Amino acid sequence: MSFLSLGLSLIFVLIPLILSKTLHLGLGKDTFIATIRSIIQLIAVGYVLTFVFESGSYLFIILMVALMIGAATHNAQKKGASIKGIIWKLILTFIFIEILTQSILLGFQITPPTAQYIIPISGMVVGNSMVLSILFLNRFTAEIQTQKKETELLLSLGGTPKQAIHLPLIHSIKASLIPTIESQKTIGLVQLPGMMSGQIIAGADPIQAVQFQLLILFLLLTTAAVTSIMLGFLSYPTLFNERMQMLKIKTEEEE
Amino acid sequence: MQQANEVTGKAAIELNHVSYSDEGLDIIKDVSGFLPEGKITTFVGPSGAGKTTIFRLLNGLISPINGDIHLFGEDIQTIEPTTLRRTVGIALQDATMLRGSVYKNLAMPKTLQNQELEKEDAEHLLIQVGLDASFLNRDIADLSGGQRQKVSIARTLVNRPKVLLLDEITSSLDRVSTSDIEHLIQHINQEFAVTIAWITHNLEQALHIGDYTWVMMNGELIESGNTDVLKNPADPRVQQFIKGDWQ
Repeated sequence: MSFLSLGLSLIFVLIPLILSKTLHLGLGKDTFIATIRSIIQLIAVGYVLTFVFESGSYLFIILMVALMIGAATHNAQKKGASIKGIIWKLILTFIFIEILTQSILLGFQITPPTAQYIIPISGMVVGNSMVLSILFLNRFTAEIQTQKKETELLLSLGGTPKQAIHLPLIHSIKASLIPTIESQKTIGLVQLPGMMSGQIIAGADPIQAVQFQLLILFLLLTTAAVTSIMLGFLSYPTLFNERMQMLKIKTEEEE
Repeated sequence: MQQANEVTGKAAIELNHVSYSDEGLDIIKDVSGFLPEGKITTFVGPSGAGKTTIFRLLNGLISPINGDIHLFGEDIQTIEPTTLRRTVGIALQDATMLRGSVYKNLAMPKTLQNQELEKEDAEHLLIQVGLDASFLNRDIADLSGGQRQKVSIARTLVNRPKVLLLDEITSSLDRVSTSDIEHLIQHINQEFAVTIAWITHNLEQALHIGDYTWVMMNGELIESGNTDVLKNPADPRVQQFIKGDWQ
């Protein structure tokens, strides 16, 4: 794609800007900022990736992945601010999921150990794990509030915190996994996944693109399940004290 | 605090200078008193007096900010929480239920210990609280408020607690059901020497069911002693409350 064609693609930014202006939607500023940010961020990433790919150094790969995990943690922790030590719990979850997936991929030689594979796949894994964390934390903090009485009832009858929180925890894990599973059911029928579309546009063999996309889909299933389960089991003990009493948690509105 | 009558006998539960506050609000203020073993102690006082909070402290759902609570002479902070909660059972006014059948709710105290509640035992409990055995497979969602309260009492009994805390458990029951429950509690108290603490808004009920009473107001224990305290209170605030003009 030439820079002229890329320049022309800005027409697709102009359309929403004009619509926003005409209909007084007030989205002009945000659209403008989003456009500028995406241009700067993506071009910067493009150059960084070129540098990392050419250097062939694992140190840079690790740095890139660490950066992704840092950004993902920063984004997701807002939703779990009421849970003590959420930052470390998120970092631990992201690192675990990254090590797990890359060990399988590289260990069984499913993908080659090069930056071209490790970095984009890590991006998808960590990104997906971040979205799952946000979905899980959102649901879990809400479930704790709505099922507070039931949780306390189970404690009052002599249940342990794990038994008392079981239902809200399982509901939240299930609820956060549903979008991943549901979207995989219709994938390819309604829309072609972004990565696959990109490969096809870039001239790759569609079957080859499909194979890679399937790999990513399966990877994301593991990511989704492991993320919410791990985060759930790391989070629930912080809701109770050593006397097995429920601690008050601040809801987002109260903060 | 004034004690109109000397309470005799051993204490099942003893509170020493217990205070509790939540979000800067003092809910229980320096309360000292006890529940005599094997007796029925009623808790009376206006709403917001801290009666339910005392129950939550005794069941270990919360801990005092100051002071200590002893269960049969042992500081409850040193008792393993699940053991404490099985020994000091609580049935709350709102009778919170878990979704599912009546049996599932009744069996919950056993399920939490990885045990099973025999069907016959469950049916026996239902009959004891005045419900038909056929209720066992009914869905909780189909039960009235009064029926839920009865299931809640039966569920608390499954753990065979030594101390039973009852928070307004007859508030949504009709006269006949209330009388049934009163008889049941008296039976449990006499037959199994279970110490009972019973919060009630009904002074008549406090008079005829209780051996002892605590009168609480604004987080303080104002008077305690034999139930006769209610007939002839020394404190003017309690006199006002009993006359029904307490605001």
